[in-house]
Amino acid sequence: MHPLDALYAPPPAPPAMHAPDGFFAPWLSILGWVVLAVLIAVALRQTRSQLGERQVPLMGVLAAAIFAGQMLNFTIPGGTSGHLLGGALAAILLGPWAALLVMTAVIAVQGLVFQDGGLLVMGLNIINMGVITAFVGYFVHRPLSRLLKGTSGTLASAFVAAYLSMVVTAAFAAVELAVSGSSPLGFALPAMVGVHAIIGVGEGLLTIFALGFILAARPDVVQGAAAPGRRSAGFALAGLAAALAITLLAPFASPYPDGLERVAEVAASPAEVEIPPVGFTVPDQPRFFGAPGDAPYEVLPDYTVPLLGQSGIGTIAAGMIGVLVVFAVAWGAARLLRRTAHDGHARP
Amino acid sequence: MHIHIADAYHEAASPLHRLDARVKVPVALALILCISLAPTGVFGVYVAYFALIMALAVLARLEPGLVLRRSLVALPFAGAAAALIFTVPGQTLARVPLLSWAISVEGLLRFSSIVFKSLLAAQAAVLLLAVTRFTDTLWALGELRMPRTLVGIVSFMLRYLFVLADEAGRMARAREARSASLEDRQRRSILFEARTTGRMIGALIVRSIERSERVYNAMLARGYDGRSLALDAPPLPVRDVIAGLGVTLAAAAILAVSLL
Repeated sequence: MHPLDALYAPPPAPPAMHAPDGFFAPWLSILGWVVLAVLIAVALRQTRSQLGERQVPLMGVLAAAIFAGQMLNFTIPGGTSGHLLGGALAAILLGPWAALLVMTAVIAVQGLVFQDGGLLVMGLNIINMGVITAFVGYFVHRPLSRLLKGTSGTLASAFVAAYLSMVVTAAFAAVELAVSGSSPLGFALPAMVGVHAIIGVGEGLLTIFALGFILAARPDVVQGAAAPGRRSAGFALAGLAAALAITLLAPFASPYPDGLERVAEVAASPAEVEIPPVGFTVPDQPRFFGAPGDAPYEVLPDYTVPLLGQSGIGTIAAGMIGVLVVFAVAWGAARLLRRTAHDGHARP
Repeated sequence: MHIHIADAYHEAASPLHRLDARVKVPVALALILCISLAPTGVFGVYVAYFALIMALAVLARLEPGLVLRRSLVALPFAGAAAALIFTVPGQTLARVPLLSWAISVEGLLRFSSIVFKSLLAAQAAVLLLAVTRFTDTLWALGELRMPRTLVGIVSFMLRYLFVLADEAGRMARAREARSASLEDRQRRSILFEARTTGRMIGALIVRSIERSERVYNAMLARGYDGRSLALDAPPLPVRDVIAGLGVTLAAAAILAVSLL
C-alpha cells in the first residue's frame, strides 16, 4: 500500500480547527468572511508589489507544498500522530501577507475538495488557521530573531513563534465558540489552549527542522524579514488581538449577571419552569428574531464550570509561565540543533 | 506511483450535476445559512431540512447513505460543545455518578441542536461538492467576484497538489525503506521522528520553490504576462436560476416556519 494512501481518507485530527458548520454563530461566520475579504485584498496588493507576475505560480506551488507537507505524519509515542499546520513556517519564509494567501489556498482546497471543515464557516477557519498563525508566527519570530542573532537564535525564535501561533489560534477559536454560545468559555479556553499547548510542541519542532533544512540548503529563499507590508500586517494583527482582548476581559469586568437577566431569573422561579415540549417552538431559548421582550440573542450566557470556576486569571498566568519555560527549552534545543542542521547539509 | 486523494466529487449524470455552478454555490451557501439560523430545539424543522437534502440527493442520483456517511466528519467537533450539557442552567435530568455534575434538559437540548445542525450543514456541503467539479466551483467563485488572482493561486495549487503529494509519497517511502526496525524494538524518539519529518517538509518546500521557478520560466517562454486569460462566461440559463431560487425559497420557508 502506498505510504500516504491512508492519510487523507479520514481527515487528520490534531489541529481540531477545521470547524464544521453549526458550531459558530452565523453572524460570526459572516463577519469572518467580511474580515477575510479585506485581508485578502490587502494581501493581493502587497504580494503583487513584492513578486510581480511570479505571484501566482510561486504562491500556488508553495500552497501545494504546505498541503503535501501537512500529509506527512510523524508518530507520537502512545499511538497517535501529529502533523504540521504550517502557518508560522510560511510566514517566516515569505512574510505575513504571502503566507496569508498560501494558507487561504490550502484551507480553501481542504474545505472545497476534501470536505474538511464547513463552507459558511470557512472564512473563520481561514482566519483562525491561516491568518492568525501566520501573523503571530511572523510577529513573534521577527523581533526575537533580531534579538537572538545567528542560526540558533533564528531557530529558537521559530520554535517559539510556531508554538505561540498554535496557542493563540486555539484561544481565538475558544473565544469564538464561547461567543457563539456553543461552549462555555470556562471550558473551551482551558481545553483548546491546553490541547494546543501540546500540539504546539510538535508544530514548533517540525518548523525548526524544516527551517533548519531550508537555511542550510537554500538560505536565499528565506525572505520573510524583507517582505513588505509589515506595518499593515501589524495593524491587522493588533485589531484582531484587540477584538480577542475585549471579549476575554468582558467577563472579568462584570462577574454578576446582567440586570435584566437577573430580574428574569427571579421572576421565573424554578417551580414554574416546565419541560418544554419537543416540537416546533421552545419558549425560553435564545432566538434570533425573538418576540418583543425576549433578549435578541444571548452573547455570553452565564456559564461556570464546577471544577474551574472563576479561575480565568490563573489560566492566563499559567499560560505565561508555560511560554517562558517553552522559550528556555527552545533556546537550549536550538543550540543543539544548529550542529545537526549543518551536519545535515554535508550529507547528500 | 500516483496518489488518489479522496475527492468529494461523485460522477453521475443528473439534473443537479448539469445545474450551472454559479447557481449551485450560492444556493448551497444559502441553504447552510438557513440551517445555521434555525433556532434551538426545533427538531421538526431539522427533519424538514433533512428531507429537503435527501430529496436533492435522490435527484442527484447519490446514495443517501453516502451523504449521511460523509457528513459524519462533523461529529468529532461535537466534543467542543459537549460541556453545554452540564453548564446550561435548567431542570436537572440526571447526575453523573461520582462527579455530581447535573445533566440539564436545556443543555441537552442545546447540545443536540448544535450537533444536528452541523450534520445537516455538512450534508448540504457534501451534496454541493459531490455534484460540482472543483474547477467549476472555482470558476463560479471567480464569476461571483472572488479576486481573479486568488482564483489563479488556488487553481495553480490544485494543479500541483497531486505532483507534490506524489513527491511527499516518494519521500515517505524512502523514509520507510531506510528506517527498518524490529517489532519489539523500542519506539523511535519523538525528536527523531520530528527531525526526519521536519527535514522532509523542508526539502519539499525547497523543491517546490525551485519547481515554481522552472514553471514560471516555462510560462514566461509561452508569453505569460501576469494575467490569466479565460473565455467569456456563458449566459446564466434562466431555468437554472429558477431551480436555484426554488431550493432557496424552500429552505427559507422552512426557516420562516421555525421562527413563527
